[in-house]
Amino acid sequence: MYYKNIKLNLFILPLCLLLIGCGQDKSFESNHQNNYEKEDGGRLINAMTGEPSNLIAMIAGDSASSAIANNIFNSLLKYDESLNYAPEIAESWDISNNQKTITFKIREGLYWADGEKLTSKDVMFSWKLVTDPNTRTPYASDYQLVKKASTPDLYTFIVTYEESYAPALDTWTSLHILPEHLLKNEDVNSTYFSRKPVGSNYYKLDNWKSGQQVSLTRNSFSINGKANINNLVSRIIPDTSSQFLELTADNIDLMNINPIQYQRVFPSRKDLQDKIGLYKELGNGYTYLGFNLKKEPFNDKRVRKALNFAIDKNEIIKGVLLGLGEPLSSPYKPGTRWNNTKLKPYPYDSNRALALLNEAGYKKNNNGLLEKDGKVLRFEILTNQNKQREMTAVIVQRRLKEIGVDVSIRVIEWASFINQFIKTGDFDVVVLGWSLSLDPDQFNIWHSTQQGPGQFNFLGYENKRVDTLLEKGRLELDISKREKIYHEFSDILLDDSPIVYLYAGYGLSAINKRVRGIKRPSPPAGIYHNSYDWFIPKTLRRNEISDI
Amino acid sequence: MFPMLIGISLISFFIMHLAPGDVTSTEASFNPKASEESRQKLREIYNLDKPVIVQYGLWVKRISKLDFGNSFSSHQRPVLWEEKDKNGNITKGLIQEALPITLLINLLGITVIFSISIILGTLSAVRQNSWVDKSITLFVFIGFAIPGFWLALLLMYWTGVSNQWLPISGLHSLDYQNLSSFGQFTDLIKHLILPVFVSSLSGLAGISLYVRNGMLEILNQDFIITARSKGLNEKKIVFVHALKNAILPLITIIGLSIPGLIGGSVISESIFAIPGMGKLFYDSVLMRDFPVIMGILTIGSVLTLIGNLIADLGYAWADPRIRKGITK
Repeated sequence: MYYKNIKLNLFILPLCLLLIGCGQDKSFESNHQNNYEKEDGGRLINAMTGEPSNLIAMIAGDSASSAIANNIFNSLLKYDESLNYAPEIAESWDISNNQKTITFKIREGLYWADGEKLTSKDVMFSWKLVTDPNTRTPYASDYQLVKKASTPDLYTFIVTYEESYAPALDTWTSLHILPEHLLKNEDVNSTYFSRKPVGSNYYKLDNWKSGQQVSLTRNSFSINGKANINNLVSRIIPDTSSQFLELTADNIDLMNINPIQYQRVFPSRKDLQDKIGLYKELGNGYTYLGFNLKKEPFNDKRVRKALNFAIDKNEIIKGVLLGLGEPLSSPYKPGTRWNNTKLKPYPYDSNRALALLNEAGYKKNNNGLLEKDGKVLRFEILTNQNKQREMTAVIVQRRLKEIGVDVSIRVIEWASFINQFIKTGDFDVVVLGWSLSLDPDQFNIWHSTQQGPGQFNFLGYENKRVDTLLEKGRLELDISKREKIYHEFSDILLDDSPIVYLYAGYGLSAINKRVRGIKRPSPPAGIYHNSYDWFIPKTLRRNEISDI
Repeated sequence: MFPMLIGISLISFFIMHLAPGDVTSTEASFNPKASEESRQKLREIYNLDKPVIVQYGLWVKRISKLDFGNSFSSHQRPVLWEEKDKNGNITKGLIQEALPITLLINLLGITVIFSISIILGTLSAVRQNSWVDKSITLFVFIGFAIPGFWLALLLMYWTGVSNQWLPISGLHSLDYQNLSSFGQFTDLIKHLILPVFVSSLSGLAGISLYVRNGMLEILNQDFIITARSKGLNEKKIVFVHALKNAILPLITIIGLSIPGLIGGSVISESIFAIPGMGKLFYDSVLMRDFPVIMGILTIGSVLTLIGNLIADLGYAWADPRIRKGITK
């Protein structure tokens, strides 16, 4: 029964295709061609599939929670449109010559939404909270590296690290600063504050109806100034097909869509194109095929490279993402400085694959399968219940069969997948994903010391040079030197081929055209980056009873 | 009943722990920024590192004080009933919020199912083998066989997108709190029409055939012939004498469906975006949120046992033969 639920989308999409246009309001259409001045007010309704668990991001850990909390709270620093560090609560920051101490100068005259002053005490409090052993947060480790933190006055916050730590600034972009005066006597693990937060960003919580919607309204004390749109309502609609119906019926303004809706439904529906704008931008993650490097035959680099040559990434992008993705050659987002543009993905070349496998000792047997010392090249691809990953595995299986590799596929529920296979190392090949994080540090994923159960180098990758580079990269705060380090790291990683980069998919959004001010093409930081600057012209607004 | 409850909870608890993983092995926690130490710390806080039997003992100890505990994954929200903190803020319980919604939908559903089924069943029994009978049977079986989620989406499109008669999903409109109380009532009813209709449709087949067959059996009995020979009119025979007897077995079915009242359907709740028990249970299984799973299972089994009891009592109340049998 549950399985049906997961499969549901498959049934719905053809259905959406079949449904023919609904009545269109012509005046609405023509309105969209006008240009509008920025206007204040209005309400933006979006849909999300899950309910936030709580609005204290350091404890929550789910994406729905952080999506809402990001509108309410600020960090010391933020990323600007082109993904450079920019001031937020801190107006400036200064790194000492030995690269171990960072001094943040806090902006003066900042207030919490309840009118209290926001000072370095709150920053100190937030740091203490995240590193407190009683706080149930998974994100403490980055902040525990701070050996000493101090606040010489109300507008200065100084942290000193044991050793220089290059990702430090990145960590200060993600730690939400929480108000000390409301939380100091509370148990952060169960406090009511998480359902009724007081922050400092553009919006504050208006009401939260469990399982139904979270509404935000403008915070008049916002430290970033005033957003144009007055209310943000996030409706919780678990099923994406229902979300899509709500979008077409004009009941919601914004949702994430899938490649089929983007490439198949919208092009065939003029009425939808007229009222809904589509946006695509590179997403924040990539999908890979990872080898268990502790196991035969994957401990042989030639076999890994051969399999990499034998997989056609463009075919997967076309088949699984309907072309809405990009191949990768490093674990970094194309277009950012960390991505080494000299590197090219392994092209699809079955002859080179076969040549490499022959070199590794594999010969075709009578059944057309590759064999070495009487053992057929045969393995199992393991993945979790994720439609795109399953389809990817099938395409890989077919390509590998062509060169004589016998592949089977096994799809497992997430918790079993992690506990019975990943943690125990009992797998051949996995199809999984990693995020394309903004900081290039990948120590936890690729350093040879990170192989314990529950750690993230579960593939068992070991390369001395990579270890050195990862260690150096963590210590180097000079951006251009750091860039060189990670370019070399990506180069070695691509050549070693412990994983086959399959694709990085686009994030696809559909936004009603009544919402104006969206940047196109989307900046590197994504279309939502300037959402505070979006506006909804009065004439295009819905009838809103409660609009103020 | 009590030993039965202990047995049920013990089995549920162990089966729950047979599934691999716990609240720390969710997909969101598979994040290089989250360290294994912090996950281990969480396991210790929630006693997940202790043997299952010890964990069960701790659970029994809590439940004996009627304390259902707090959810792991939704920020320590109480599982069953609201809690007040020192500042007077009230955090509602997860079941407390989800149960009334599911109960409302299911009660409406059962009422619709039974009232329509009795009419349909009686009609097809009276007109046995006629085109009326055949088309009713065909209709209820189509209703039974049609995939609920598919029908739901078609209806949502028809009544919500192309015609804008009914809301598509959710339980309330966005401006619900600004409506008059009559407005709120009609708003809720509008939101419930589709979910109740879709969930009732599949139930019609079973009950209406029960009624039909019961009716047929009764209509062929001697006392009906007697009534007819007495010259009673057909309406009175069917609706007063026959129907009363034919719906007796339904009491058992109503009793047995009491525990079903608290179980929502994951599929229809997801499609209609209704925060009911089905979604709560499904999510808590996926998150391995043990206190919530056990809370729902315990309440479910208590209700099942009570339901059985009520069915037996109801039968005795409605059927003099059974009642007399007891008193003798």
